[in-house]
Amino acid sequence: MKVAVLKGGRSLERGVSLRSGARVEDALERLGHEVQPIDVGADLVRRLEADRPDVAFVAMHGAGGEDGTAQELLEILGIPFTGPGASACVRCIDKVLAKYAIREAGIPTPDWFGFKQTAFRELGAGDALGALEASLGFPLVVKPSRGGSSLGVRFAAAAAEIPQALVSAFSYDEQVLLERFVDGREMAVSVLGDEALPVVEAIPAEGDRYDFEARYEIGRTRFECPAALSDGERAAVVEAALGSYRALGLTGFARVDLILAADGPWVLEANAIPGLTDTSLLPQAAEAAGMSFERLVERILDLALAPAAA
Amino acid sequence: MAEVPRPRHRRRAHSSARDLERYAGLFAERTTVMRSSAMRDLMAITARPEVISLAGGLPDTSTFPPQSFAAQMTRIAQESAAEALQYGPTEGFEETKDCIGEVMAAEGMLPDPEDVIVTTGGQQAIDLVCKTLVDPGDVVVCEAPTYPGAVPVFCSYQADVVQIEVDEEGMRIDVLEELIERLGREGRRPKFVYSVPSFQNPAGVTMSLERRVRLVELAAQHEMLVVEDNPYGLLRYEGEPLPPLYQLDGGDFVIYLGTFSKILSPGIRLGWAVAPPPVMEKIVLGKQAADLCTSTLTQYFLHEYFKEGRWRDYVDDLVGIYRRRRDVMLGALREHFPTEATWTEPEGGLFIWATLPDYIDTSDLLAKALRADVAFVPGQGAYVDGRGGSSMRLNFSGVNEDEIREGIGRIGAVIDEQVDLYQALVSPPGGSQSSPGMPGCEAEDVPVDETKPSPDQGGSVLPFPKAGEA
Repeated sequence: MKVAVLKGGRSLERGVSLRSGARVEDALERLGHEVQPIDVGADLVRRLEADRPDVAFVAMHGAGGEDGTAQELLEILGIPFTGPGASACVRCIDKVLAKYAIREAGIPTPDWFGFKQTAFRELGAGDALGALEASLGFPLVVKPSRGGSSLGVRFAAAAAEIPQALVSAFSYDEQVLLERFVDGREMAVSVLGDEALPVVEAIPAEGDRYDFEARYEIGRTRFECPAALSDGERAAVVEAALGSYRALGLTGFARVDLILAADGPWVLEANAIPGLTDTSLLPQAAEAAGMSFERLVERILDLALAPAAA
Repeated sequence: MAEVPRPRHRRRAHSSARDLERYAGLFAERTTVMRSSAMRDLMAITARPEVISLAGGLPDTSTFPPQSFAAQMTRIAQESAAEALQYGPTEGFEETKDCIGEVMAAEGMLPDPEDVIVTTGGQQAIDLVCKTLVDPGDVVVCEAPTYPGAVPVFCSYQADVVQIEVDEEGMRIDVLEELIERLGREGRRPKFVYSVPSFQNPAGVTMSLERRVRLVELAAQHEMLVVEDNPYGLLRYEGEPLPPLYQLDGGDFVIYLGTFSKILSPGIRLGWAVAPPPVMEKIVLGKQAADLCTSTLTQYFLHEYFKEGRWRDYVDDLVGIYRRRRDVMLGALREHFPTEATWTEPEGGLFIWATLPDYIDTSDLLAKALRADVAFVPGQGAYVDGRGGSSMRLNFSGVNEDEIREGIGRIGAVIDEQVDLYQALVSPPGGSQSSPGMPGCEAEDVPVDETKPSPDQGGSVLPFPKAGEA
């Protein structure tokens, strides 16, 4: 089969995407497919029309690839592709939209307020910060609405830290959200088809709990899969993840990140195209389920080609 | 004709998370201080052709005439193919040392060729010096900010890195004296002081003669080594040359590091170290273990190139090109950066160091700048302790004048947006301050003294006077 692998692009997560793509290409070759690697740029449509692949494997992360743009084009061109459709991507890339959908489905997600940059300039939203801080309490988390890899995510322990955290977060997106901080264990649930894979727990090194950068430094965060959870905890975590997956209209595969607090799971976000690198969580979870990377890639392809049967 | 089959798979069959975990148990202790970060991923995007990158430290190799390159390489192929493809001496060829002698003489130094070793770029010279001198926990002193490429070397030898602020006259030697005294009371002393005294990377500043003299005195007095890294000495665009530390000291306590990267080519990977004989003996052993010898082929190229006798003309050409680019960048900074930003005005070298109001994190700013297709190096990489967060290094040698103007303009625009937003957040409209949301007015509204870190605080970053006030 002719498989185009879409990777790279102009997203800030270009580096991760190139690594995901290279690994997928290799697995596809091993599976006997004809691979067409495409570093996504202005010639994407021309290349797809010239190559006419049977299916496109989307290995792009962040804006441009995970936000529905590439998916919309693929839908127009009538080329089947892996992962969720354009509408689900649009919902997931925007944490504010995603959280509305999750909350409306009755699944707990921490309280938040979303702001566009223009609100501060044109509507004086700065005046509302006090009321909002009183409602969310400290510490709170400031994050760009669109973006991954914890880039631009900051803790604010006090009101004085908010302006600087907002300037940082707004560097990554026109919209940011201030979110209530939920104390608990960090869980990632990868969903393949409509089944949850074993849960991964991210355990930050001592002292790094408030340092999002630490997650990127080798050895500073440990991942445990399957996570040590009681049956009840696991059921609650998986139910929240699958519920979010359905509420967001996700298909194919995705990863749902949540916090397991004393009062149960709180869903933070869903990633429409989770990383597929050596150290990414989805391959880790698949492996814990006894599924090799090749098998995982094959299954993702199958889901793209026969979504109804999946 | 039998063809070698193309390997079918480019990558390992399995590298699962579990494998990585298994390897992690085998890693040496020193790898725990080697870091990779989200920032490195972010830099992947600077390779895109549409991005104007002021992030590199690249000399402009496009000015090297291809026909002379071809002629030199042809002569090597015709006259000395076998030798050029063979191993060479660990210390480097005598002819290479002659070339090094010429370059050092141009700055008033006359080293004994016996004290010289040819290295694989200046970077290996730093590594070999550390390998020779540094035990885990040893104090290594360097400038704040320091050459970002030296930090991972110091860290990989588990040095206790202490950074000393620089001002417009280079490293604060008075602060160094205090440090030496303080360490002395604890029964310790620095193994060496690493400095780029001329047109420092990244700050662009040059150590004054007075401080050079004092630093060399201190080294002799405390029997402490100074590692002088001088890649840019010949790239002076204005002012009088200053004597290198090596010349002032005579080579007793100064280890000198040089490179052909900035005056000829970084691609040939040719650098060198000059050290007192007992130190050199150990460095040679270290070099043997590291890579046996520096590339023979590129040393032959160097000999051919120097034989033509025009290397000074080429450096002069570069000086002319880089001087114009520096001036264009300084002009663009004055035009496009906000009034509360400061930057250095280097008399030579490749870099300008700019510092923004402290509420701007230049790592985050880079994300925004990349969307505008322009890149720089965030300041944090030049510090070991997380300082430098609101500074950036700008390179003016690797891109042409139009790109410099355009690039600085784009960075200026994203900074303006940040300043504007911060002002709107800290002083909402209707407050006592004048309307901060009004375009063009926001910069003047910032209380400069409060946003600039004080020079005496540990967290200060180069509080230089702004252009024109220096």
